Amino acid sequence: MSAETNEVSSRALLSSDASNRSALERSHLDLETAEKPYLDSNELIINMGPQHPATHGVLRVILKLDGERVLGTECVIGYLHRGVEKIAENRTYTMFNPYVDRMDYCAAVSNGLGYCEAVEKLLNVVAPPRAQYIRVILTELNRIASHQLWLGTHALDIGAMTPLFYTFRDREEILKIFEKYCGARLTTHAFRIGGCQYETYAGFEKDVNNFLTFFAPKIDEYETLLTTNRIWLERTKNVGVISGADAIALGVTGPVLRASGVKWDLRKAQPYAAYSEFDFEIPVGTNGDTYDRYLVRMEEMRQSMRIIEQAVSRIPEGAIMGKVPKVIKPPVGEIYHSIEAPKGELGYFIVSDGSTQPYRLRVRPPSFVNLQALDVMVRGLLVADVVAVIGTIDIVLGEVDR
Amino acid sequence: MNPALNSALSINSGMAPVATPWFFYALAGMAVLSGVFVITRRNAVHAALALIITLLSVAGLYLMLYAPFVAGVQIIVYAGGIMVLFLFVIMLVNIERSSKERAFNRMWPVGLAAAGALMVLFASAIVKGSHINDMFRDRLMPLPESTNTQQIASLLYGEAGRMGQYTFAFEIASLLLLVAILGAVIMTKKKI
Amino acid sequence: MPNFIMSYLGSTVTPGEAGSQFWALIYVLIIFAGVSVAVICMNWIERKALAHFQIRLGPMRVGPHGLLQPFADALKLMLKEDIIPAEADQFVFWVAPLIGLLAAFTVYTVIPFGPSQAVSDMNIGILFMLGVSSLGVLGIVVSGWASNSHYPLIGALRSSAQMVSYEVAMGLAVVSAVLMTSLNASGTGTLSMIGIVQAQQQQGVWFIFKFFPLGFLAFVIFAIAMVAETNRAPFDMAEAESELTAGYHTEYSGLRWSLFMLAEYAAMIAVSSIAVTLWLGGWMRPFPNLLHAPAWDFIFSLFPGLTFGGLAAIAMIGAARMPAHSFFRIQRIGLAVFAALLAFSALLLLVIAIAGRSADTSVAARFREGIDYVYWFVLKVAVFMYLFIWYRATWPRYRFDQLMRIGWKVMLPISLGVLLLTAIVGVILP
Repeated sequence: MSAETNEVSSRALLSSDASNRSALERSHLDLETAEKPYLDSNELIINMGPQHPATHGVLRVILKLDGERVLGTECVIGYLHRGVEKIAENRTYTMFNPYVDRMDYCAAVSNGLGYCEAVEKLLNVVAPPRAQYIRVILTELNRIASHQLWLGTHALDIGAMTPLFYTFRDREEILKIFEKYCGARLTTHAFRIGGCQYETYAGFEKDVNNFLTFFAPKIDEYETLLTTNRIWLERTKNVGVISGADAIALGVTGPVLRASGVKWDLRKAQPYAAYSEFDFEIPVGTNGDTYDRYLVRMEEMRQSMRIIEQAVSRIPEGAIMGKVPKVIKPPVGEIYHSIEAPKGELGYFIVSDGSTQPYRLRVRPPSFVNLQALDVMVRGLLVADVVAVIGTIDIVLGEVDR
Repeated sequence: MNPALNSALSINSGMAPVATPWFFYALAGMAVLSGVFVITRRNAVHAALALIITLLSVAGLYLMLYAPFVAGVQIIVYAGGIMVLFLFVIMLVNIERSSKERAFNRMWPVGLAAAGALMVLFASAIVKGSHINDMFRDRLMPLPESTNTQQIASLLYGEAGRMGQYTFAFEIASLLLLVAILGAVIMTKKKI
Repeated sequence: MPNFIMSYLGSTVTPGEAGSQFWALIYVLIIFAGVSVAVICMNWIERKALAHFQIRLGPMRVGPHGLLQPFADALKLMLKEDIIPAEADQFVFWVAPLIGLLAAFTVYTVIPFGPSQAVSDMNIGILFMLGVSSLGVLGIVVSGWASNSHYPLIGALRSSAQMVSYEVAMGLAVVSAVLMTSLNASGTGTLSMIGIVQAQQQQGVWFIFKFFPLGFLAFVIFAIAMVAETNRAPFDMAEAESELTAGYHTEYSGLRWSLFMLAEYAAMIAVSSIAVTLWLGGWMRPFPNLLHAPAWDFIFSLFPGLTFGGLAAIAMIGAARMPAHSFFRIQRIGLAVFAALLAFSALLLLVIAIAGRSADTSVAARFREGIDYVYWFVLKVAVFMYLFIWYRATWPRYRFDQLMRIGWKVMLPISLGVLLLTAIVGVILP
């Protein structure tokens, strides 16, 4: 995308003169014109973002519009790029651990879990059962928190202001538990390679159980506001549809994939941590539209509560740290380990050259991959739907750009 | 209401102009001036805004003539409805190109002649009507404000049990408009 | 001069009808000031009510319970830099907010706050109101175009299409109410706003209950269309924050922006007034025909004073419940003074109600009547204003094409059907 396109004034874009055409060609918008507009109207190119209330950060979407109908999109990313993967090459394995929290800052615990497990796999270390359980409890709490944040912002994008405040009120309870456990609310750095740094505080189980009883009616409250709301149904049903085959082809994972009817959840498909010991369902949608993604995530919150309930009641006693050497020097080799983060498959590919620092670390972030599906989902829809679809993909730009 | 109060409050009782001549000249001046702007402005949106002012001024003149219904319809239909659509279309037009084009083409002497002829016609009608043969006298309608709307209604639809004078014409006109609407929909819609 | 004022108080017609330009001017000034104050109050109430819907406190810092927040906002907006984008059409950009404001305020000339409490009683009152309030869209369209920016342009296009479509259903709903005014001995209806209320009085029923459910349906259609007409949630597509950043007023700032807000709120009050006049009996108190004894008149005339008394009590409790910390001393005193002012107003209103209880033509009696009319009218309008806030807190935003579909394919046919049925029932039933 050339800089000129930004500066083309609206009148020039509305017109069909040569400067407009060339600006269009200079951009990388190789979007075929789906159907020639019946009346000889001109296309409108607008920048949505990077400063825009509904792009969840600094995503920039270049929209090619016919009136309000979207002919094509191009996502421009990198406004939040911090070079996390490069940083990893200059840090020891332990030192890099807090950095992963800053990728998907809404689900920092999941990021940490994925990284720690990947390094543990590389080291051939297994975290003790108690640590596994603590990990599951915190990760599932974090999944709920992430989904709450998603629900609030997604509803706000569609115009419902109020759910945002309700979800933030309830998310606060989870953050309080995090704070009590490890001192941080958002970028928790809760886990260490080989287990957990901290033992649970006195009253941890009680706090978690209190949260579960507190939160169960709150999900119903959210659903009362939205699930059968006519406007919500009209705004989300058959909007941003993606078929299961398309979703798989694009590498889409997480709730977006499951809403399209593909029953793929890494917690069941390749269980990690202690997930194989719990009884829970994987909610699956049928239409692959925004409404199904909403339903899937709402149900996932309930399932997460089920998992937490089981984990808290069965949490074993014992050590919380496995046998990890003082200096972490994994053997030469490479490993790919992925977990089911709230947004989808979060994978870490680590190449070790036997030193204390990774030779190469590559993250497979769910947001980045899922964002690819935006163009497929929004073609032919309206501007208002673009906002809804960006919301429903549930991206975090910290993770997209890394 | 006591009659003494009534006379104390009102400037004039009975049939009198709604407002002073000053209002007439202000409105008429505004209408003419903005009318000139409509045809001289190169920017189509400015011209459309001027046209709105013209229409509103004319609506004001109708009000002064005890024709509030016509004034109201003028505001709703022209200023409110049609001009919004005008602006809607103008906004999609290439303003820059149109502003570079000449505002007048070679036909302007013809237009000037036509306008002049119309002015002569009006002037003669006014001059003749004012004295020699009382052109408009028996046509002069009493203009009570309160019944103006009713009079229009009874002309169009008739009094109780009697067909109005223009019922048929009115219905034909509305049918014509309906056909026009359908035509417009069919022409612009690819598939219905 | 006192004589002049006294004679006016005895009048039973509007200044417009009496041809008194002086009193008309006074009325215009009163209404302009009143609407501005109402907008300020509405600003505070909306922020507070919305906050309480959303488990927040809302403004709390400027004045006790944020009571002075609107004034702080107004000051901020006035002092803020007024930016006109370099590529904008300077003149149109300048004039656009004024168009909206003018349209919103002109409507108030025919709103009847009482049988003689209006600037003028036009023969075509309701037609005039619909026409002038529809001019407000011009300001929005033109501002979107003049900003020379994409989001405002899209907002303006949405807005114009939306308003044009909803005006049709709105107009038809209004016509079915106007049709009901003709159900009297002479068989002629009226378009005059005062006449419409008087027709409801004569027929002894608010038009919302007339020919149930026809009147109710027409009312509901109007109530939906008026939300769309004023660009409020869930029909706030023109300024949809999450889609178009701020829609048509994205490029506006400072005073100009506040003029848009003023126009929006004034328009909300105006359309609510139309709904109240047409379907909810305008200035009439509940059951004016059923409970028409002078005793009932007296009881109902106590309501304004009691309302203010209630507000004073709430403010007083608020003052008493403030934390006993020196930080809150000034706020507590402020709130207590506010409560005292409310209590004083309540006392004044009660004194007028008691002094004017006899149905004679004394000044006190005229005052009492006038206060009653305005009170009941404003109370009914206030209910609508609360509904506007409630909608905004509860519902997501409609999409543009869905809005158009509902307008043309649902509301228009229903309102046409209601109109036809009203006409048929009106001929058959009496």
